[in-house]
Formats: sequence, C-alpha cells, structure tokens
Amino acid sequence: MMLSRVADSLYWMGRYVERAENIARTVNVNQQLILDLPSHQANRIAKDWFAVVAALGEEESFLERYKKRDMDTVSEFLIFDRSHPSSIVGSLSAARENARTVREQITTEMWEQINRSYLWLISKSARQFYEKGSYEFFQRVKKALQLFQGITESVMLHGEGWEFIQLGKHLERADMTSRLLDEEYFLIRTADCTPAEALNQWLAILRCTNARLVYQRLYASMVEPTKVAELLLLNGLFPRSVEFCIYQLDQSLRRLSGVMPGRFSNRAEKLSGRLLSELSFSTIEDLCEPGLHAAMDKMQVQLGDIGEAIMETYIHPTSHQVTASPLVAVGQPQQ
Amino acid sequence: MPASKSKSPKTGRTPTPEPPPFEGYVTDAFFDEMFVDEKRVRPFYSRLHKRMGRLTPDQLQERRQMADASFLNQGITFTVYSDNQGTERIFPFDLVPRIIPAKEWAHIEAGLVQRITALNLFLHDIYHNQNILRDGVIPRRFVDEGKHFRREFMGFNVPRNIYIHICGTDLVRDDSGEYLVLEDNARCPSGVSYVLENRQTLKRVFPHIFEEYGVRPVEHYPEELLNLLKYIAPHGKPNPTVAVLTPGIHNSAYFEHSFLARQMGVEIVEGRDLVVEDDHVFMRTTRGLQAVDVVYRRIDDDFLDPLVFRPDSMLGVPGIVGAYRAGNISLANSIGTGIADDKVMYYFVPRMIKYYLDQDPILPNVPTYLASEKEDYKYIMDNLPKLVVKAANEAGGYGMLVGPHSTKAEIARFRKLIQDDPRNYIAQPTLALSRHPCFINDTFEGRHIDLRPYVLYGEKVSIIPGGLTRVALKKGSLVVNSSQGGGSKDTWVLEGDE
Repeated sequence: MMLSRVADSLYWMGRYVERAENIARTVNVNQQLILDLPSHQANRIAKDWFAVVAALGEEESFLERYKKRDMDTVSEFLIFDRSHPSSIVGSLSAARENARTVREQITTEMWEQINRSYLWLISKSARQFYEKGSYEFFQRVKKALQLFQGITESVMLHGEGWEFIQLGKHLERADMTSRLLDEEYFLIRTADCTPAEALNQWLAILRCTNARLVYQRLYASMVEPTKVAELLLLNGLFPRSVEFCIYQLDQSLRRLSGVMPGRFSNRAEKLSGRLLSELSFSTIEDLCEPGLHAAMDKMQVQLGDIGEAIMETYIHPTSHQVTASPLVAVGQPQQ
Repeated sequence: MPASKSKSPKTGRTPTPEPPPFEGYVTDAFFDEMFVDEKRVRPFYSRLHKRMGRLTPDQLQERRQMADASFLNQGITFTVYSDNQGTERIFPFDLVPRIIPAKEWAHIEAGLVQRITALNLFLHDIYHNQNILRDGVIPRRFVDEGKHFRREFMGFNVPRNIYIHICGTDLVRDDSGEYLVLEDNARCPSGVSYVLENRQTLKRVFPHIFEEYGVRPVEHYPEELLNLLKYIAPHGKPNPTVAVLTPGIHNSAYFEHSFLARQMGVEIVEGRDLVVEDDHVFMRTTRGLQAVDVVYRRIDDDFLDPLVFRPDSMLGVPGIVGAYRAGNISLANSIGTGIADDKVMYYFVPRMIKYYLDQDPILPNVPTYLASEKEDYKYIMDNLPKLVVKAANEAGGYGMLVGPHSTKAEIARFRKLIQDDPRNYIAQPTLALSRHPCFINDTFEGRHIDLRPYVLYGEKVSIIPGGLTRVALKKGSLVVNSSQGGGSKDTWVLEGDE
C-alpha cells in the first residue's frame, strides 16, 4: 500500500531516467553516424536532423523554439534545453523533481546519485566537456544514469515502490525501442540510397540500443533489417527488446496485484497480457506484415494505452475523484 | 588528507606563511561565546579553539567546501527564483560549533519546560473558562483581538489536553550573557532538520574534533517526535497511522517535512492526498483509501481547511477540521495555538507563569513595550530609532524594524503603521546580542547569534540537547532568519561543564 501520488512520482521517475539515457544514446549514435557516411550524404544529413526530433514526437515544441533543423540545433534541443521533458536535462530534471517528492521512499544513495548527476549536467563543466568531444560527454551521462539504475536495483526494497519504478522504466524503454525502429524517422532515407549505404542506418539503430555485438553473436551475419527488427522486438532475452520489456512490465503488474499470469484483474493487466501474448506468438513477419512504420505506430498506441491503464488502476482510480491542483496557490511564511 | 597533516605539529617545521586564523580576533565589547576577552578563551572552548586555530585558512576552506558539497548533494537547498536557470543555493553553514556546557543547558531546559507548561495551561484556559482574563491578569481585548484566536474552538477538548506539541522558542543572550526569550514559535516551527544535518555534516568534515568532547547526541529527535505523535492518537488508539502534512515541494521547508517523514518512517502527504469521508480522514493509496489517525501538519491554521478557514487555500484538506472536531483525527500542533505565540501575548508569558504555576520565570523575556498601551506607545514613538519593532503576527523576520539599522524613511513608515494599528506592534530595545566566532573570508570574525531549541510536549516534555544556532552572517547584522541572509551552526551541549 502506498500513496497514489507517491506511486505516480516513482513511476515517472523511472520513466524519465530511462528516457534521459535513451536520448543520450540516440543523439550520440546519430552524431557518430555522420562520421561513417560519404561526405555528400553527411553534409546533407547534418543540415537536416528533424527526423530525430520527429522520432521522439517533439516536432511541435521544437518548431516553437528553433528555425534551423541542423545537427547543432537539434542536439542543443535534445541535450541542454530544459524547457521541455524530451531533452536530457529536461528528463533528468523531471526525474529529480519526482525523486525529491518521494525522498522518504527511495534511499539516500539513489537521491544523491540523481541529484549529483543533475547538478553536474547543468554545470559549466558539463557543457565544456560536451564541447571538447561529445563522445566522452555521452559516456558520462550514460554511466551516471546506469549507476542510478544499479543503485536502485541493489539497495532499494523490492516492494511496491520499486515495482512502480520498474513499470515506468520498462514502458519507456519499450516505447523508445519502437520509436527507433520506425523507418519514417530514419536520418538516412533508405529509399534514397544504395542498400550498402542504408545499412549504416540499421547499424546505428543497433548501436543506439547497445545491440551491435549482441546481433553479431546471435546472427553472425550481415546486418539485415528483418533481423534487426526481430532482435529489438521479439528477443525475450535482450533487455532492450520490446518483448523483454513487456514481459517485465507484466510481471511487475502481477506482483502488484497478486494475480497469476494468463488472467487479469484490471485493464492494465489485460492490455499488457494481450500485448505480451501477441509478441510471444508472432514471428517478425507476422508482426511487420502491415509494414514496419504501421506496425510501430500501432505498438506505440498499445504502449500508450497500457500507460493510461496503469494510471487508471493505481494512480487516479475513478472511484474517488482526484482534484489535481497547482502545488502552491497561496504561500505561508515560515516560522 | 589534510587531517593527518595538521595532526603532527612536532614532526618537522611546517611553514606557516599565513597567520593563524584567530589572530587579531576582536570581540568589540560584545558578549562573545568563545572568548572572555580578546586574550582569554572560555575553558569549555579551549580545546576547540586550539584545534581550529591550528588549521590554515586553506585547510579551513577545504573543510568548508566539503560541507557545502555535502549539503548540495543531499539537496538541502532552496531555489533562487529570480533567474530561470533553477539555481539552487544552500543555507550557509558555519564550521565553528557553538558550545553550551551542561550547567547552562540545565538552566535553559528548566526554563523551557516551565514556559511550555504555562503556555499549554494558558491555551486550555482561554479556550475554556478564561480564568486568566476574568481575573484581569491579561486584558481580555488582547485575546479577543488576536488574529490567531480561534473562537470556533471554545470549549473544545484537544487530545491529552495538549495544545502546543512542538515549540521552537528563540533565545538570545544579552551583553552579560544572560539567556532571554525572544519569542515563541508555537504553530509550525521549522529548522530542526538543520540541527540533525549540521551535526552529521560537522562529523563528516571534522571527525576528530568530537573525540575530545563529550557532546550529547541529537539524532533521536525523530524518534521522540514519533512517540509524541503516537501518544496523542484519538481515543488512545494503539499503533495509529501517522502522516506529515506538507504544503508541497515548493515550500521552502519541504526538505524538512520530507526529512522528518523519512526519519520517522511515516507517509508525507499533501492536501490532495487526503480525503475526508464521514468525518474520517483517509489517504488515497494504490490500494484505495486508508485511514489516517494523527497528522503532523506543517500547514498553518489559515490554510488547513478551505471549508472552515481561508476558502482560497489550495493546500488544505476540505473537511479535516470537521474530523478533528469529531475526535477522529489528532493534529499537532492543535488548532488555535497561534494566539500563544502572538508577539503581544509574549509580553504576558511571565504573568502566565506566575498565574498558573506560581513561579518566577526561569528564562526572562526581553523588555517589551506594547504600542497599544498609552505610556508604552509614547515611549515607542519617542524612541523609534533606538528600538526593534515587530508586527504581532508575522514570522521569518518580516514586518520588522531594526531602528539603529534603518533609514529615516523606514522609520517613518513604521511610525505610520504603528499609529494605524497599535495592537499589532510591540517594541524592544535593540539588544547587544552575543557573538560567536565564524569562519569568514579566511579568518575568524564575530557574528551575532541566537538559539532555537525544539521542545516536544507529549507524555513528558523532551528537548533535544541544544537546538539550532542561527547566525547573522552579514557583518553587524542582528537578523538571523534564513530568509534574511542568516546561516547556522552545529550546537553542542556537553555532558559536563568542560
């Protein structure tokens, strides 16, 4: 049993930490991608990075803020721009604010790790680090976030609160993986180039998800789009695959309610169980039958529905109405 | 580590280009906590003085940076809203601890117990028979006109008959070193988390300094607080559910609310987490509604329940006062304690002690003038530039005039304010507050301090040794509030007298 508001904060803390890491991977890999391209392609792509923004679904907020769509503005938007939650700073800041409201639930080490990471990220020295060479910068960001995940795993009570963090983390990760696979938003339009050149894009996706060597070990072959999609969607042992994430999410839901697999007691369990079955009992060909873009679109809707259902079940049950109010309308002086 | 370097003055000659930081320290004729005069150190400070005096300014700077980083990493900060960068600052922490020998503390403790006992008797009395008013000891109008007097609670019996459970009483020392009561904070006194954090930080940065002293611990405060909250549960319910009610994350004391909840192992709730049904209070949880029995509320009366008090309050819980009246929930502090820490009522506390306990106050008040009394009014108006003027119901150093440090325009403004609403103002002579050495710009300088001990009134009265020593870090300033450029120090109460 825990406060709904607390469960909400833990869930979002989990999501935002995961999101920050994924954005760091995405920006980093796309910056690297350019280095592997012939110069005419590299130049063209460096001027138009809008696809990366679109993949994250942040077209509108980007266009409100920036005119140019080149690598620098998009990187700035996705790394340091604190005015929206889909930048690294914005995500980490949101994760930290959520952590701050549940400090009594998480451990001191968790809080200090997230707090230190944030304070470093907004410091001048982080900015200088980035300008000196972005690779090291991204390594540091990823390490800081992975350390947080590790601390959470090893010091926090694996009780209800922990499950809400896991729900957020796995849902966010599944969502990010499905977005990366959406070919509408590739930087390199596969239609515009030779198959050999297009491979770079698929390689980049593998790198974004830390799956390059995993792929090689599993398939020991050239990079093929279908196999990449299979690994990232259906491999139940690969921790960034959608199936793995949904399995973990489903397990968390069942530990929360005590309902056995194969049955459900609320809408969140129903939806996650269905998606899990669909993934478990499909081949990659089945799944991508309508085309990869359409399939990923559908999956994002399904993931979104699961997220809403979790809210409905645990955070804002309709049985008692919730009046969300701004935190401070009138202040009181301190004694 | 510099700690080991500084430990061995005999091995080899350490070059000391910089003068020892205590050299040239001046007391400026104030009562100094560490020094009897510029040559003599008080005996209970001598070991601390020696140890700190041995460190170079660089070593001290390094310790200070460690302390600052520790506060920053723990997020013990407040946000500066003037820029958009979300800059966060820590409340300044001074490295030199304040020391109170056992004998002095015993005196303070006895005085505080006496005072809170009288204040609670007073509150019971004015919400029941009002004998103290009938007997003319306190003129009735001061209660009737008090902004925080809650008429609605006349005749209401609070659990265990305790009104003020948690009290922060501010003490100062005058030029003779006598402890005087400056004010009582009987609503939601804050700052106790700093007492605990300051201790922990000082232990981290100066671990060895504690070895030579028997310093009484303070870490048990949350435990004592929890015992008290359980003790006041409705109908003496065993194992009650306790929660801390906070205005939310944007409140400047949020860290403290969360800290106390964490240390006690209870839920921290915002108004929107609570719901009242049939005069019972519940938390909204992932398993539906769960009953709450005791609320340590860090929200003032005015904001507690929009159905009863300020209707525009977004912080409160609609219906919680009804549940309180019905006896289904206990609140700490009780509703209506604000009348006891009104700065005008403060004037009458020595009389309360005499009236209810037939004792003389162990800790005297600072001499005080009431603007609503004819003779006092004249005195105040004639002497404004010399006096400190305070509004009766303000807190946090707001609504205050320090005559000697104010411009003519400020004095004129207060003259008008007092004329318009005499009931709302008191005046006190500008005290020569005691000073304590602080580490400032590479050297030690004297700064004015006060002391806020935290008094818990439950099954018995318990006071954690010491309290929060606040420092006016600005040179010459007398205002110690954190909102006005104040800092704080660790405060040691010794097991013995040296």
